[in-house]
Amino acid sequence: MHNVEPLVALRGITKSFPGILANDRVDFDVYPGEIHALLGENGAGKSTLVKVLYGIHQADTGTIQFGDRAVQIRSPHDARRLGIGMVFQQFTLIPALSVVENVALFLPHLPAVLDHGVIARRIEEVSGRYGLAVDPWAPAWRLSVGEQQKVEILKLLLARSRVLILDEPTRVLVPHEIDGLFRVLAGLREHGYAVVFITHKLPEVLTCADRITVMRGGTVAGTLVRAEATERGLVGLMFGTAWPEEGSSRREPIRESARPLLELREVDTSGDGVSLRQITLTIAPGEIVGVAGVSGNGQRELGDVILGLTQTAGGKKIIHGQDATRWSVDRIRRSGVAFVPEDPLRMLIVPPLSVLENMALADTRKYARHVGLTVDWIAVRRDLEQSTRRLALEMLPPAVPAGTLSGGNVQRLSLVRELSIDPRLIVALYPTRGLDVRGATAARHLLLAMRNRGAGELLISEDLGELFSMSDRLIVLYRGRIVGEARPKDTTVYEIGRLMTGGVAGG
Amino acid sequence: MASAHARIPRHSSARAILRATGLFGLAFVIFAAVLLAAGKDPIRAYRDILSSTLVDRYGFSEVLVKMIPLMLTALAVAIPSRIWLINIGGEGQLYMGALFATWAATYFAALPAWELLPLVAALGFLGGGLWAAISGVMRAYGWVSETISTLLLNYVAILIVSFFVFGPWKDPESANYPQTAEFVAAARLPTFFGTRVHLGLLIALVAFIVYHVVLTRTRWGLEIRAMGGNMEAARRSGIAIGRYVLVLMFIGGGLAGLAGVGEVSAIQGRLRPSLSPGYGYTGFLISWIAGGNPYGIVASALLMAVITAGGDVLQMAHRLPGSVVNILMALMLFVVLARRRVP
Amino acid sequence: MSVPFVESVLLGAILSGMPVLYAALGEVIVERAGVVNLGLEGVMLMGAVTSFASTVRTGSAALGVLAGATAGGLFNLILALLVVTRQANQLASGLALMFFGAGVSALLGAPYIGSRIAGLNPLQIPGLAHLPYLGPLFRSDILAYLAIPAAALVWWGLFRTRWGLSLRAVGENPAAAYAAGYSPPAIQYQALFLAGLFGGIAGADLSIGIVKTWAEWMTAGRGFIAVALVIFSRWHPLRIVWGAVLFGGAVALQLQFQARGAPVSPFLLDTLPYLLSLGVLLVWAGGRRHAAPASLGRVFEGTK
Repeated sequence: MHNVEPLVALRGITKSFPGILANDRVDFDVYPGEIHALLGENGAGKSTLVKVLYGIHQADTGTIQFGDRAVQIRSPHDARRLGIGMVFQQFTLIPALSVVENVALFLPHLPAVLDHGVIARRIEEVSGRYGLAVDPWAPAWRLSVGEQQKVEILKLLLARSRVLILDEPTRVLVPHEIDGLFRVLAGLREHGYAVVFITHKLPEVLTCADRITVMRGGTVAGTLVRAEATERGLVGLMFGTAWPEEGSSRREPIRESARPLLELREVDTSGDGVSLRQITLTIAPGEIVGVAGVSGNGQRELGDVILGLTQTAGGKKIIHGQDATRWSVDRIRRSGVAFVPEDPLRMLIVPPLSVLENMALADTRKYARHVGLTVDWIAVRRDLEQSTRRLALEMLPPAVPAGTLSGGNVQRLSLVRELSIDPRLIVALYPTRGLDVRGATAARHLLLAMRNRGAGELLISEDLGELFSMSDRLIVLYRGRIVGEARPKDTTVYEIGRLMTGGVAGG
Repeated sequence: MASAHARIPRHSSARAILRATGLFGLAFVIFAAVLLAAGKDPIRAYRDILSSTLVDRYGFSEVLVKMIPLMLTALAVAIPSRIWLINIGGEGQLYMGALFATWAATYFAALPAWELLPLVAALGFLGGGLWAAISGVMRAYGWVSETISTLLLNYVAILIVSFFVFGPWKDPESANYPQTAEFVAAARLPTFFGTRVHLGLLIALVAFIVYHVVLTRTRWGLEIRAMGGNMEAARRSGIAIGRYVLVLMFIGGGLAGLAGVGEVSAIQGRLRPSLSPGYGYTGFLISWIAGGNPYGIVASALLMAVITAGGDVLQMAHRLPGSVVNILMALMLFVVLARRRVP
Repeated sequence: MSVPFVESVLLGAILSGMPVLYAALGEVIVERAGVVNLGLEGVMLMGAVTSFASTVRTGSAALGVLAGATAGGLFNLILALLVVTRQANQLASGLALMFFGAGVSALLGAPYIGSRIAGLNPLQIPGLAHLPYLGPLFRSDILAYLAIPAAALVWWGLFRTRWGLSLRAVGENPAAAYAAGYSPPAIQYQALFLAGLFGGIAGADLSIGIVKTWAEWMTAGRGFIAVALVIFSRWHPLRIVWGAVLFGGAVALQLQFQARGAPVSPFLLDTLPYLLSLGVLLVWAGGRRHAAPASLGRVFEGTK
């Protein structure tokens, strides 16, 4: 198929970190005019491989061939000098600077005295050619996520990169933006750019890639051209024999309850992020209400309003039949509301404190003795053991600082703590984001089990598959408003996706 | 903030003391070189400083006198710093404490000592506390960072004190000296052993013990440590952060206010515009060197007090400008700052 | 209002505003690069003592300014060493630098206490120097004439050059600046040196331009006022000019009121710049974005 030389070829790349072999004799190459997808589970070694290519990591052994010569890439500067550029998942735009300034910062031969107009014209010229339209004078903080990604790509193009590495570029995009990105990539392919595209989503790979390299456990499980690839074949390569079973959600009918656990009536918020507008929502016992939406459309704000972290600017919040509009976080938690966060180590667990101390933070008032002058550690320990047993988990060492626990154990600690109160209402904010397949499955099982025991849950997720398989009801948030509501069986992923991007229901 | 995942294991305290001694030794050597360059005999200077501070009974009492405001203003920084609040306003809080205390001492001068003294101290605490709480409010609502507002309010506080001392409260009998009338005897803090060491020392030491016990044993200490370890997690666990911001700023400011009380009520006996030679700033540095550790604060305060007292020695016996000791103090800070990595 | 009143207020405003203006122009550069320098007071003292001593020794005020600027620049490199190379806490390092400057300047200045110099001469602009009301503007010393051009230069450097862009990027997000191929430590060193030059000039203006003597702690808090001015200006060099005018005006009015026995307390008037700075911050607190550099005061850990 290729009668030209690869633009970049990695041969026999091995890279180990303490306790883990991240890449084991990996071969990988990319040709000009090609979109090469790098597919694999979290932890399969994709990131390490591209970081070696971009000079962030240095391989222990192995060679990198650039065109017809062997090169050493010791830093991102080396990589960019060779024409290798990367768009990270976390964008590196500086919010306070304009698009022009953000792009100028990355130009290789920037003159000492800047002419913003010239740079703006170059941006417009290139963005016109590839469909990357963006206002060059806008400050970066005003751009949407999709626009920020365009600027990141523009930065690479204007800096004359020939090899573009995109790390999970579709994660943050809505369906029509994903289509737009694929058109951009196709245009770049036409102009002879080499694109390395990291993902773990099969349909995307099959839509846009010319060649697919599947990684598993630090090695290359296979490299296929598009024509040879099927969904089933790729899945086989990704997971080997251990194809993870998605827990079947044994659905029980929603109990007809006298009163809902939570009612929001025309709730508005105002503040730094997205403002919620006229949110009306109920959650009944034994029901999971899924919240769909592109991140940044008010999901986090919705969770924070329910948990009492954000004050309402209008409307009413009723928890267990009582007006809770002005309740403090503490009061809401003590009424039986739990929080299952995206990243417990950041949002719920205090690393320097011990497991036991973290447990006590679930409700310090409950464990306080003598008006607060002492803490009843025996009671804390009893509750820790009890909750651990109930969730059928292994007991964590109580005296160990939480920060030294493994990621899985931190998640367990957070669940043990939050579910120790036997919550009636659970707010789950991207509960499986960042977890590997097994961890995600365990978390979903737990949430379903809690629902089946009668808890009501608000499930905020960006994974439509997860939302469809777990939710009893779905709502869609768009720019802080609920723009649609349906039962999963009465709607389609396509319909929800369209609502998420601002389409009109049924239109 | 601090990446608490990989905490560096603590050195044993013996090693820490040894290391600190080495670092400070380096500072003393550099300062000796400075003295040499200025044509002075460093060995004699150090001997004089030592013999007139730590060895001499009266000298040591003066060191203790200087330690009192330093310990209190250092605590004023250390307490809010437990939840990442940066209070550089100790100086202004000290002045406001002195102002409130002076008001109480003047207005209620007729009261007996056992009623007047607690009142003076309480109002001093209140003055410093409220001054700091202004910054606390602005921080709690997310309007202005407390670092900036405490810094700006220092000047305002000093100017307000000047306003009263030059204006309405000026003692008509003290011709050209801007100062208030002398406090009545009942408003003077008791001093001990015929020296100027006053009750403030005891108050400062009790404050240290309370600080330590609250932090390690109580529910509030647990919540404070939680906020210190992960603010977001603390907020989501239902800890009322805004309330703690206010309370800890108030308590910190109140302690700095007590330092002001000690200065007006025990040392000066009246309010003067130049109340403090920068105790608030030195207190900030002391708290910082000690990393908020109570023992470290006491030790650093002792060191700084000796150095400050040494300034007088250098000025009188060696005819050097008194502020030359600032060089020694700064050198010590430099070696510590250059040594340590801060989260 | 009488001509002499306006003229003396104007003169007073220029005299008290200038040193603060220069110091604040330096401070805005370092703060844009992500460093807070609370030791500005010490830098100014070093500039003041060095320029005064040089002027006494050489008899040339121009050499004095030059020496003061150089001393300030070099002195600020101590801060660079601490906060950039050793990644020390910026606030503590700044305060330590202030104490160091106070001590060193006292030591260096001791022999010069009581010396008198001619200092910087006022340059009269023919035809304008004797205008009523505005006259004082045109019989100032060279540093006063250069103040506004200096502010414009700092603005141009920060917002219209590659160096300024990289500097602001370092102040906002050093990791991103590093990724773009710039070296945050190098840029912060440059910024601190440059700011030291300005701080040194500010000190020189004070000792050989305005007061024409040397005294310990003669800056009397002007370094901190400069820090406040940077906040007041929301980190913008041109707005600093207004802040300096305001500050200078408050001081000058105060002196005039005092001289005339007006019933306005000078001390309460003096609180204005600080309260206004706080007020400005409060007013803008609700804004969508704060103007402070996002990485101000943080330590750049490198990319390891």
